Amino acid sequence: MSTLLTVRDLRAYYIISKNIAVRAVDGVNLDIMMDEVLGVVGESGCGKTTLANTIIMNIRPPLHIIGGDVVIEGRNITRMRREELREKVWGRLISIIPQSALNSLPPVKRIGDFMFDVMRYRLGVKDKRKALELARQRLEDVKLPPETLGMYPHELSGGMKQRVVIAIATLLEPRLLIADEPTSALDVSTQKVILRILLELKRRRILRSILFITHDIAILRQIADRIAVMYAGKVIEVGSMEEILDNPLHPYTKALINSVITPEPEIRRRGLSYIPGRPPSLIRPPPGCRFHPRCSYAMRICQQREPPLCEVKEGHWVACHLYLEESNRG
Amino acid sequence: MLDVVKLNKVYVVGLFKRKYIHAVVDVSFKIREGELVSLVGESGSGKTTTARMILRLLRPTSGKIFFEGKDVWQLSKKEEIKDFYRKVHGIFQDPYASYNPLYRVDRILYQAFNLFDRELDDKEKEELVKESLKAVGLNPDEILGKYPHELSGGQRQRLMIARCYMLKPKLIIADEPTSMIDASSRAGIIQLLNSLRDNYKTSVLFITHDLGLAYYVSDRIMIMYRGRIIEEGEPDEILSHPQHEYTKMLVRSAPLLYRKWEDFV
Repeated sequence: MSTLLTVRDLRAYYIISKNIAVRAVDGVNLDIMMDEVLGVVGESGCGKTTLANTIIMNIRPPLHIIGGDVVIEGRNITRMRREELREKVWGRLISIIPQSALNSLPPVKRIGDFMFDVMRYRLGVKDKRKALELARQRLEDVKLPPETLGMYPHELSGGMKQRVVIAIATLLEPRLLIADEPTSALDVSTQKVILRILLELKRRRILRSILFITHDIAILRQIADRIAVMYAGKVIEVGSMEEILDNPLHPYTKALINSVITPEPEIRRRGLSYIPGRPPSLIRPPPGCRFHPRCSYAMRICQQREPPLCEVKEGHWVACHLYLEESNRG
Repeated sequence: MLDVVKLNKVYVVGLFKRKYIHAVVDVSFKIREGELVSLVGESGSGKTTTARMILRLLRPTSGKIFFEGKDVWQLSKKEEIKDFYRKVHGIFQDPYASYNPLYRVDRILYQAFNLFDRELDDKEKEELVKESLKAVGLNPDEILGKYPHELSGGQRQRLMIARCYMLKPKLIIADEPTSMIDASSRAGIIQLLNSLRDNYKTSVLFITHDLGLAYYVSDRIMIMYRGRIIEEGEPDEILSHPQHEYTKMLVRSAPLLYRKWEDFV
């Protein structure tokens, strides 16, 4: 499998004032493979959404890129200017379904007019006939009838609005689609429909890879090939979906999995646990491992030195001193 | 304990062209002492409307609600109403909305003393407040004196439950109490409701859209769809032998951790 996009030591902070910065993405390393669904999971406030916005270079003050690179198909997009991003990257290489986008469709515009606006001003599709053809085609791909073009957002259900958003995001067949909590505002029945549509677009190669951001591991169990777990602005564990669920290594990942509730008998047998305390401040994160104040395995070194993300088994990466020592000894 | 009989709520909308929306249709159920019953449905199914009618926040169009044998919408004396709110406690989805942002969080706990039968002295009050905070896993020194925005969602919801510990209500109506809270603290909230039930035989009506959550916590599950309760049963029974088409769909659509969806490619 080849790498589609590489994130190297990426740092993006919200600069609040001269001395105060919220370090929402703080040294993230991540590879997104061609033709995979990579899930990013973490609690609210761990930096998932900021990571999504940074990967697509949707950077507006107070958010600033402090360092690191995002490379897609050999091009480092962190160095690109806005015009270049618009011309070469947005919508073509990378597209995003922003969080709660389904509620951000302009209420007084017909779906068709909005789609034409997006194509004309954001994607550079000037030819009207081509735009119409494209819009119709993509609506059909997300299982919406062509009449949707003449409708207003309030005439559509939540699931239909989200399908419109997916259609818009995939108009130009992007390589990578970033989906930021695309189903968390929807009922479970609608959620499954949306997930099915996303996977079908991928199977038909209208898009190639999906970066799926969510707080719900059970959803990733259904759609992801690999999972990256985020905590306090960092990726702390990466691996294949089966490996992470069967053999989680980081104490935070274990706790996160044990706090999931699904309608399965195993959950009743396993019981439920929760993580005491709350996630740390991203303005002044704790020294060493950021999870150490909440970790029941914390050792002295955890307070002093930050564990790097290391490959402890083929394809399974973890940032935790418990395993770092083992691999050093071995 | 709680007996809901043929409850209906009809909303009339439109000024010239009237439209009737049947939010709740002929809903009847009972909750026994110490029982935790879930009301499961998707958005717009009428679960919150039902909760609001039981809590006397919304007048039913028809039907009756009996709590400890008394019709809750016939309570007239101030004492009776006070007694009702002492015994029946609501916990809501957004704990932030239950607070006045201008006051310290202490206020919402101290206000509970207004519902007490007897007057407590300041020392007793302080002790009870601290004891309740500890019971829900909060450190009084960290919490008291803070404003609502200084606490996390999980902490705010715990504080609402601390209020339950002070009042020891007979019935808690919990409307999506964990839907705005991260998974990692959700389990804590669930355990608190469970321990109230186990230690004080508190009954709970747990309203949720999450079948997994309902399956985990409940003695009994009621499925609500378009204003009606369409199926009712023990959690394992609902899961393994759903009868109604809608219940079957819910069971098929819930995300799973230990297996993949069978009908999903």
